Amino acid sequence: MTSETVLEVRDLHTHFFLRRGVVKAVDGVSFALRRGEVLGLVGESGCGKSLTALSVMRLLPKGGARTIKGEVLLDGENILEHTPAKMREIRGRRISMVLQDPQTSLNPVFSIGDQLREAILRRKRAPYTRASRAEVTREAVAALRRVEIAAPEQRLDQYPHQMSGGMKQRVVGAIAISGEPGVLIADEPTTALDVTIQLQYLKLLKRLQAETGMAILFITHDFGVVGRMCDRVAVMYAGRIVECGPVRQIFEAPSHPYTRALIASVPTMSGPVGRLATIEGQPPSLMDLPVGCRFASRCSLAEQRCLDVYPDTVRVGEEHTADCWKVVPA
Amino acid sequence: MKRYIARRLMQGVVLLCMVATIVFFLGRLTGNPVDLMLAEDATAEDRAALTQTLGLDGPILDQFAIFVGKALHGDLGTSIRMRQPAVEAFFDRLPNTLALLPWALLLGMLLGIPLGVVAALNRGSFLDRTAGTVAVLGIAMPSFWLGILLIFIFSVELGWLPSGRMGGPAHYVLPVITLGAFLVAGFMRITRSAMLEVMESEFVKLARIKGLSEGVVIWKHCLRNALIPVLTLWGVFVGNLITGAIVTETVFAWPGIGRLTYEAVIYRDFPLLQAVIILKSILILSINLGVDILYAYVDPRIRLT
Repeated sequence: MTSETVLEVRDLHTHFFLRRGVVKAVDGVSFALRRGEVLGLVGESGCGKSLTALSVMRLLPKGGARTIKGEVLLDGENILEHTPAKMREIRGRRISMVLQDPQTSLNPVFSIGDQLREAILRRKRAPYTRASRAEVTREAVAALRRVEIAAPEQRLDQYPHQMSGGMKQRVVGAIAISGEPGVLIADEPTTALDVTIQLQYLKLLKRLQAETGMAILFITHDFGVVGRMCDRVAVMYAGRIVECGPVRQIFEAPSHPYTRALIASVPTMSGPVGRLATIEGQPPSLMDLPVGCRFASRCSLAEQRCLDVYPDTVRVGEEHTADCWKVVPA
Repeated sequence: MKRYIARRLMQGVVLLCMVATIVFFLGRLTGNPVDLMLAEDATAEDRAALTQTLGLDGPILDQFAIFVGKALHGDLGTSIRMRQPAVEAFFDRLPNTLALLPWALLLGMLLGIPLGVVAALNRGSFLDRTAGTVAVLGIAMPSFWLGILLIFIFSVELGWLPSGRMGGPAHYVLPVITLGAFLVAGFMRITRSAMLEVMESEFVKLARIKGLSEGVVIWKHCLRNALIPVLTLWGVFVGNLITGAIVTETVFAWPGIGRLTYEAVIYRDFPLLQAVIILKSILILSINLGVDILYAYVDPRIRLT
């Protein structure tokens, strides 16, 4: 771990313990997030991206989900070992998160101002006097202005149902970064937005990141968004990261067959119109994972070794790794 | 909001007309009050005279027309048994019931809502299942049975509390418990299911991401949302309480409008019965309107649309 790293996840295992079996949704995920960078976490639905994020936040859904193994190092300290009280201190201030659906992320019965002030007050820990109230309100206005909401003074007294989806997501962003966290996890923040609004939001995130220097773990299933947002990208498949490297290298020379197939299946605006490339078959059941490479059953290059043993992580470039037997080490 | 209230008032008037019609004809199906008022050896002339005095001799539709005409002027007739204007009899007894209901409602909410929250927080635990069992009992036990059981235990066997009639604070305990039992159960169950739903919301996740304490997350962010369905049932519960008071007040000899209703039925006191039912309906309708206005206060989505 270099001093540049703010968040490092090592061999994280989060499983769902259900009556009908164990779902290994996150099964040995490792990655490192550096100060001020945007790391994309890409994969199809159900590959464990969101659960990885919630494991890091220690906000696992109720109903049998448990992190059973691994370390989450935030500035070098393993936050999986913290008490719930200590964890609450960290949330919002050192690590924060933007959720996927702006329509449901804000509490419908409290005004935007209430919800924003709550976050600001927590950071300040000042006694809530009349003077501090004015101060907090000023900060709330500034926070809304920072996420480019017009007429923020009037917006404070409005309720979520009076705002558009894009505007709500900006408010969620304002709340998430109000504690000036060093790490922001953005869990598909633009998936629920209109395409035009998506672009605005991505630009906003990029600008905020440049201003504050925070590191962003950007979860998405959209390679187009990855190209726009991220410095590096980690590709996830069936609970594991199969390839990780700088965005350019991943786009120009993907090493893992899954990444290659994934990039090939992104529709392009130029070139001849043909059949869209797809990946045959389905991901393995997370309740009954194969012992070997998890992509082997869908991989055209698979051989016996791939089915028998999970491949080692191979270094294919200076910062580029892939979990595949067929990759030639650099 | 004003238009909404006006529309609700109109609906209320229509509903009242229907209630008045139904209670007028239904009451008369129970028989002739003259049978109860005269001695068994009374002559046919005595019967005819009394029937005429009571205004029960004309065709029933004529009687209905007279009733409607008077009712429009605020006169709901004179009680046959008490020889007192029915409206007056109702308002004489109303304060006694109003002294009872708020305590039952308070008991229901102060016990039921926190229990519901705690049950939701400990879903599936021993505590949750115990609370669920108690709730089923609270709903399933008829109040006449619960009332008599309480009297038997606390008045007859233990001698701790008076068994009936109005009086000091001790007189309130058993009737309030009897009336409030189903409310505790009702509030608990609704709060529990509403909380379970709200606790899974994304905004609760965001509240935790902000780093808020569990107390604030549960009792502020979750409960305020969970109270919306609870409030919806408030109106229903108050209606249930007013009707439930008939049995409870009868069991505890409590001189309120519940017992008055019971007496009106037993003695075939048509004018009184009509008055009591209509006035109670007005009471329930206004409480429901009040709840709807309160609802708009709790849920800004309603307030501002």
